Amino acid sequence: MESEANKILDEVTQGDYKYGFVTDIDTEFAPIGLSEDTVRYISLKKNEPEFLLEFRLKAYRHWLTMTRPKWAHLDIEPIDFQKIIFYAAPKKKKELTSLDEVDPELLATFNKLGISLDEQKKLAGVAGVAVDAVIDSVSVKTTFSETLSKHGIIFCSFSEAVQNHPELVRQYMGSVVPYTDNYFAALNSAVFSDGSFCFIPKGVRCPMELSTYFRINAANTGQFERTLIVAEEGAYVSYMEGCTAPQRDENQLHAAIVEIVAMKDAEVKYSTVQNWYPGDKNGLGGIYNFVTKRGICKGSNSKISWTQVETGSAITWKYPSCILLGDNSVGEFYSVAVTNNHQQADTGTKMMHLGKNTRSTIISKGISAGKSNNSYRGLVRISKNALNSRNYSQCDSLLLGAGCGAHTYPYIQVDNKSSIVEHEATTSKISEDQLFYCQQRGISAESAIGLIVNGYAREVLKQLPMEFAVEAQKLLSISLEGSVG
Amino acid sequence: MLLSIRNLHASIHGKEILKGVSLDVNKGEVHAIMGPNGTGKSTLASVIAGREVFDVTSGEILYQGRDLGKLSIEDRAREGIFLGFQYPVEIPGVSITNFMRTAVNEVRKYKGLDPLPGGEFLRLMEEKKKLVEITSNLTNRSVNEGFSGGEKKKNEIFQMAMLEPTLAILDETDSGLDIDALRIVANGVNKLRRPDNAFLVITHYQRLLDYIVPDFVHVLFEGKIVKSGGKELAFELEEKGYDWIKKEQV
Repeated sequence: MESEANKILDEVTQGDYKYGFVTDIDTEFAPIGLSEDTVRYISLKKNEPEFLLEFRLKAYRHWLTMTRPKWAHLDIEPIDFQKIIFYAAPKKKKELTSLDEVDPELLATFNKLGISLDEQKKLAGVAGVAVDAVIDSVSVKTTFSETLSKHGIIFCSFSEAVQNHPELVRQYMGSVVPYTDNYFAALNSAVFSDGSFCFIPKGVRCPMELSTYFRINAANTGQFERTLIVAEEGAYVSYMEGCTAPQRDENQLHAAIVEIVAMKDAEVKYSTVQNWYPGDKNGLGGIYNFVTKRGICKGSNSKISWTQVETGSAITWKYPSCILLGDNSVGEFYSVAVTNNHQQADTGTKMMHLGKNTRSTIISKGISAGKSNNSYRGLVRISKNALNSRNYSQCDSLLLGAGCGAHTYPYIQVDNKSSIVEHEATTSKISEDQLFYCQQRGISAESAIGLIVNGYAREVLKQLPMEFAVEAQKLLSISLEGSVG
Repeated sequence: MLLSIRNLHASIHGKEILKGVSLDVNKGEVHAIMGPNGTGKSTLASVIAGREVFDVTSGEILYQGRDLGKLSIEDRAREGIFLGFQYPVEIPGVSITNFMRTAVNEVRKYKGLDPLPGGEFLRLMEEKKKLVEITSNLTNRSVNEGFSGGEKKKNEIFQMAMLEPTLAILDETDSGLDIDALRIVANGVNKLRRPDNAFLVITHYQRLLDYIVPDFVHVLFEGKIVKSGGKELAFELEEKGYDWIKKEQV
């Protein structure tokens, strides 16, 4: 019985990665390897102000004093930073003023990925989605920038923000994730090349979803982008992030930073569908994904909500967190992490309660198949002054097959007596009974697993914006193609 | 002949449960399988549906002239075999609506038909829900999650109505039902009886057969059908209990 179910799981979870193609574009590279010269090269390429070069150099020098963290439940080959190219940019013919001037190859690439860079394609009656498209180290196109600017919203690539709004960048960059924060944050701060910048002024509710689509294309290249979102008093924005990469035999490094600042009464909703190339069935290749994401609820009654669907990458190391500084502020973390074959994920969140009456919710759904390992790691810390604060955490693990692992590492620290912290955890399997029931109704084992897994993850998926939810549902089924038991 | 079971032997983990079952079912007929607990009634149902935990060691099951042993669980279902479960399993987070739409469309795909458009599907659901007196909010809930015994069984009959099987096997559908639920479930079944389909009703008690009147009654005892007759056999069993059969066997 067990082996039969495992056989079905295996068949169902051996699906192929659909975004593994490479685009042939003329690309400009930095010299291979990492040194102060590399940092200077990137800064020079981007024509950056002095303060930014200094920031990078300080970060780089600090990084040299650090060692790679070993506490995660991850088995990682040593990374040789001298074999990585830290900057790769599609060659531009001239400054872009309209879509017609974007390299048709690039447009085709994004079309193939299902990302429209054509503002005209916006459907009547639909709010639409503004996209910042980042390929390798640079942003190639940001849509709807003009429409958004009418509302006072700044939505552009990080490089543009550095040129056009240096004062904002200087004020907020590194304010939530300082370059000293951790090994990969320091690395990113030294060599980051682009990313998205988003500023919602006081009292403005962003009229459309904002999104960044990250694509790694070039070989032997790392991607280091940073995103900065600032929501002023009473502002609201919903932000989505997607990512894919070609199928290659060698591992590629992705180390990103996302910083969110929410002022009084502001709300930021950040959704991610992470689908980097996960490596092949034998664990060859795939993206090493080391990401530092953190938001600060600076003002009272502010709210930051992280929703993530993690299906890709060979290794995921990622803990989107909230610092709840303002009184009555709210932090949320909703996560579905799927690992299959030889993938490893160590992901979770940190909720730091500093203000009074702060609340946080953590819903984590891990799904493991194949020979993969999937860990939830979370910290809930309630400080002495965070009186009457509350946290509710629920961490569920679903195991498909006998060769995978699910681990939960919750850390809880409460320093006052008026706060309440709740933690619930479950581990389950797709039962042979459930599969048989579905199959008896004419549903194939493969569809049944998709159905059951999506049902299991529904609490999280329903948090996603509509534009993402359907894609995420499909992705969950595809990621497990070829695995059930 | 719709279903022809010949000298069927089946075992689980090396233990033989069915020890030579033979049974013929024609279209338009309702057969009741009765017998004491643990004699193989549910095993027979599971083996017809293709549950892999059971090994068919000898004998065969012919369905519409085809050897069922060669068909997967889902293909048997798509060919019109339905099993109403004694203990329907919960599928958290999957609404009955979503579950049924997936099932109906996979069956249609197998038959070379396009998926049923959303509106038509919902109309079909409304029509079939009436059959078993299901209120609308039940179908928005997750499959069997937190359902009462009666709701679970009504849901089984509702799914049967949606899938319109050619051969429906109801495994102890009456167990755990109060008299009102029993009546609703039985009425649902009766409305679905047609000259071109057949029912195999597995039950421990005669009371279900007051509502679903069978054409034939079979007694399964220690893995074999030891007695067959008309509906009056059920009354005889009710009156005399199964001890009488057991004694006859000795």
